[in-house]
Amino acid sequence: MTVQEPPGAASDHTPGGHTVELGRDRPIRLDCGVELTSVTVAYQTYGRLNADRSNAILMCHALTGDHYVADPHPITGKPGWWSEVVGPGLVFDTDRFFIICSNVLGGCMGTTGPKDVNPATGKPWGQTFPVITIGDMVQVQARLLDHLGIGQLFCVVGGSMGGMQVLDWCASYPERVFAAIPIATAARHSAQNIAFHEVGRQAIIADPDWMGGNYLDHGIRPHRGLAVARMAAHITYLSETALHRKFGRNLQDRDVVSYGFGADFQVESYLRHQGSTFVDRFDANSYLYITRAMDYFDLAAEHGGQLANAFRGTRTRFCVVSFSSDWLFPTQESRAVVHALNAVAANVSFVEIQTDKGHDAFLLDEPEFHATLTGFLEGAAEHRGLGRREGGAS
Amino acid sequence: MMVVANGNLRVDLRLIADMVEPGGRVLDVGCGDGTLLAWLGKHKNVDGRGIELSMAGVSAAVAQGLSVIQGDADTDLKDYPTGAFDTVILSQTLQATYAPRTVLANMLRIGRRAIVSFPNFGHWRVRLGLALGGRMPVTDTLAYEWYDTPNIHFCTIRDFLVLCRELGITVERGIALDRDGRVLPFAGDGRRANLLAAQGLFELSRSV
Repeated sequence: MTVQEPPGAASDHTPGGHTVELGRDRPIRLDCGVELTSVTVAYQTYGRLNADRSNAILMCHALTGDHYVADPHPITGKPGWWSEVVGPGLVFDTDRFFIICSNVLGGCMGTTGPKDVNPATGKPWGQTFPVITIGDMVQVQARLLDHLGIGQLFCVVGGSMGGMQVLDWCASYPERVFAAIPIATAARHSAQNIAFHEVGRQAIIADPDWMGGNYLDHGIRPHRGLAVARMAAHITYLSETALHRKFGRNLQDRDVVSYGFGADFQVESYLRHQGSTFVDRFDANSYLYITRAMDYFDLAAEHGGQLANAFRGTRTRFCVVSFSSDWLFPTQESRAVVHALNAVAANVSFVEIQTDKGHDAFLLDEPEFHATLTGFLEGAAEHRGLGRREGGAS
Repeated sequence: MMVVANGNLRVDLRLIADMVEPGGRVLDVGCGDGTLLAWLGKHKNVDGRGIELSMAGVSAAVAQGLSVIQGDADTDLKDYPTGAFDTVILSQTLQATYAPRTVLANMLRIGRRAIVSFPNFGHWRVRLGLALGGRMPVTDTLAYEWYDTPNIHFCTIRDFLVLCRELGITVERGIALDRDGRVLPFAGDGRRANLLAAQGLFELSRSV
């Protein structure tokens, strides 16, 4: 059987990625009621789509991630956020699977977001960009798959906000998801997490350079506010143990404290660095919109208050993963998802990985985590008829 | 626990496996690394699920493609819908649960049948050790000192049968095993088995 190759889908990897414009023929209706008729989606692919289009894996990135999964980041030059596990012979083996990752709606790395020009006004959207939801992001991803000619995904995987998208995929398009891996995530954003997000947003809004969201019209950017938002958020991605191990109370380039408010401590210097490098690659309004989307996420509320209802009748194979020292998306959040899946007798695996690396553990070298992912994918691939891994390593 | 190996499955697991109907839905509570589930999947075509406390166990089970969640019998059985499984297995774990009565009741709520094995505290060696030695017994099947044992709710075979009666559970079949995993005759009210068996293995069903 010969298969018409969809545009871009089966082509070899290009480091810059691809873009496609969606919504012209059929507007994209957002949860807030606004319809978008032109959404540009920037995405990256790795590996090749097989003949029966059954080996596609969608990776959903986290709050400040993007589609540069395994390529050097075009702005920072750093390795892609999941280059540890995506590549030939790696956990997500690009010799076997066709991997897709798109920049989310509202993002700032090529997909339509508040820093782009509103075609109706000829000016950047800024605060006139519609408020988006996790469901809207997923809807746009589903449109991208339509464009690529992929009906059912072999797997949807993502951590943190990416995990929220995974759960939303399973609830909104159950028949399009064969296997799902929600990692370090939750079916709803907790009050504490909304609180942290609000701190970040207020830091941005309090920066005079934010200019009511219209900073791009004035050729400036609210660097200071965005940097503080990033600093506060970055703390939540780590654990007390990890911070202490990395920095302790060590002083930065000095032997005694300065009796001032410079970065005396290494941990301060580190956070300042995190903040200042972040503003080079991220748009402040995108940060506001995407954090808001996470805050609004509550899968149970969308299904009559019962999380189990979101998954009723599901045939998807789930692998839920949490990390013991993650206090941003603690294990109990993953357990709530597992219990809901059990309540509908879904096919689910769940493991809490013991680590002291906090929420960010899903991006780091965690052998037990990677072994679990490999095994789950192996089992799912066999059930999907994708055969066993060559060499039998698992 | 010392049990003679038979094929590639421990004898007690083999006996459990023999009780499982082919092609059904099975939940193995305390499934370890998934050895039994994997065997059942391969040889009896069952749709198997597992619950296991340890990360290492879950990780090993998931790594062989099994569907296993990290959890325990006390907290994770209540969420499953009634009648979700044909068979629920609890092997050598009942005595380590906080609420064995609730666990047992839940097993027969979510499963049509249950298979339960446990070390028999009525075994003559246990009785003798306590009666003559005056100390908590440490045997092959109860291989812990009192201060580090995970086993917090010991029972004898007769205790177990009494609980089943109270819960309205029908005992379809009982098997008594000696120290070496050999099957002993099990008859009548189980008094003889209660004295001679190092462990008991029971197939249970819901009384209608």
